[in-house]
Amino acid sequence: MDFLVFQYPMITIQACLDGLLLGILFALIAYGMALQWGVMNIINIAQGDLVILGGYIAYFMYLYGIHPAWGVIVSPIIMYFVGIAIYKLVINKVVDRDLFISILATFGISILFMQLMNFAFGADVVLANSGYGTTMLFDNNVVLPNSKIFSAFISIIFAICLVVYMKRSKLGRAIRATAQNARAAKILGVDTEKVYAATFGINAALCGVAGALISITFTIHPYMGLPYTIRSFMIVIVAGLGNLPGVAMSGMGLGIFEEFADYILGTEFRIGSVFLLLVLILVYRRFKLSRKREYLK
Amino acid sequence: MNKNSWILYIGILVFGLVAPFIFPAFKVQLSILCVLIVLATTWNIQGGEMGYNTFGNILFYGLGMYLCASVQVGMFFPLAEWTESGGEKTFVHTPSQFFQGMAAGLVVAAVVPTIVAGLIGYAILGLRGHYFAICTLGLGVAAGEISGGIEIIGAGQGFTTPPFPNIGGLEARGEFFYFLSFGALVLTFIAVRAIYTTRFRLILNAIRDNEDKAEAMGIETMKYKITGWMISAFFCGLAGGIMGGLVGYIDSTDVAFDGREMGVFMVLMAILGGKGTLWGPIIGATLFHFFKEGFWTFFLGWQYVALGVLIVVIVIYFPEGLMGWLREKYPERFGEVVDEADRKAQVELK
Repeated sequence: MDFLVFQYPMITIQACLDGLLLGILFALIAYGMALQWGVMNIINIAQGDLVILGGYIAYFMYLYGIHPAWGVIVSPIIMYFVGIAIYKLVINKVVDRDLFISILATFGISILFMQLMNFAFGADVVLANSGYGTTMLFDNNVVLPNSKIFSAFISIIFAICLVVYMKRSKLGRAIRATAQNARAAKILGVDTEKVYAATFGINAALCGVAGALISITFTIHPYMGLPYTIRSFMIVIVAGLGNLPGVAMSGMGLGIFEEFADYILGTEFRIGSVFLLLVLILVYRRFKLSRKREYLK
Repeated sequence: MNKNSWILYIGILVFGLVAPFIFPAFKVQLSILCVLIVLATTWNIQGGEMGYNTFGNILFYGLGMYLCASVQVGMFFPLAEWTESGGEKTFVHTPSQFFQGMAAGLVVAAVVPTIVAGLIGYAILGLRGHYFAICTLGLGVAAGEISGGIEIIGAGQGFTTPPFPNIGGLEARGEFFYFLSFGALVLTFIAVRAIYTTRFRLILNAIRDNEDKAEAMGIETMKYKITGWMISAFFCGLAGGIMGGLVGYIDSTDVAFDGREMGVFMVLMAILGGKGTLWGPIIGATLFHFFKEGFWTFFLGWQYVALGVLIVVIVIYFPEGLMGWLREKYPERFGEVVDEADRKAQVELK
């Protein structure tokens, strides 16, 4: 192992920029996770598989000759309805139950989706080529694909739209009210069932956007879902529910961490290091809280 | 223990001992069933009795698998060359070497995961509920990813365990592994049953029902939680070591740390049979094994689809499991005192 990162500062800059752009995407997925966790109190293990499904929609558009960037618009629309369907079939039966039930049920959905995607799209690693070219910085020492910049830009736009929507619209207000106190919201005439369905749909749509962007910038594969779930879970527990700047910051931090882990430990340990980081963060927070005789809630 | 249950236990024991001779074609299946029952029963100590739902017992299972095979090879041959050459082609175990290696390997496979469980348990058993579940899920996957990058145990290409020595052919191999796994099952059952009759089980149940109150009553919950996890880890490691020899080939993510299969199976089996009961996981594992073999045989290729649907259906419509259902139907049989008038009133209310 030679630590190239420390010998050449350009690689450090490269890793930071890559990680930053990647982290913005993670933050978008994590925002969906935080939304459904806060509103419905469920943890969705199938989050990553929704992302991958969204990615395949964009990939299919690419196969049929449409520019995959349009997937950013098409994929969330389709995924919204997929999300509503999942909600109606499964999630509405686990909303009020024990959290572990929701974890296990969505784990089942995740396995189902993995295998269905494997049948439908094959087990190859695929990429929707956007043909955007690359940007060279610092005397051609740092190479940034334009698709990554594009994806970060689109993610930010979507995040801003969502925040405005949640603040201003009627449904957004209903969602926030339900998150605060579902019972009180129900008494005051909010149709919580509808709110839950819409929340899950919005979450799936966000996953769709992120998936379409991932299919352009990185690669997708039917079995790659779980790492995205774990990343978004990690970002949410670091940032806390309902802390949007925190989600963005910890998303970018995670992206940078991953790029450095990739350079230092090697690509084969990249996913493993993400999962280990999750364990370490949880253990750190547990010991920190246990000094005050508290625990993570 | 009354007379009837003695007859039941002896009946099952005798059946277990003669089963491989009655069903010679199903020896491997029966061995796998024994391993599944061990895994479900030990998961139940966590998930059922203690209320700490874990996806992480797969960690000990996989660890046991790798350790047993590594010790079995490493005692007699250089491990690195073995994995590089794909195993059996260069080195051959003599029968006595094979059995010695297996015995030592199983001891290591049971003891090391127990220690690991103690250390990890100290760190993560302070997490509660879903944080614990996700953390253990992360541990299991991380172990799979990391072991897939370590050269000496075969990295991505896998690790061939020592083949059974050339005595008695396939029949002897099947019988050897069957009796090994049946022995593990009997050992697990005796141990778990003994635990469940002591105060230890009551403490675990107290932790499940209300950990804060249990602590307030003066129980050092951390100590009991770690002990409980170490007991599961012991038997999971043992089961993993046996399974490694039985399958004959270890791959990091598809065989050893297979969270998608074995890691979910053990949860599912315990839930199907009924969490928090002695017999639930055993019945659940047996039923599940039949389901699974049916799916894997008749819906080949669609088995994961079927598995996903099965998980969702069981979790949503059957979360109490078979034993829970029976308990609701015949509470007298479970030693619960039923007030007839109260029960009637409840039925009318429904």
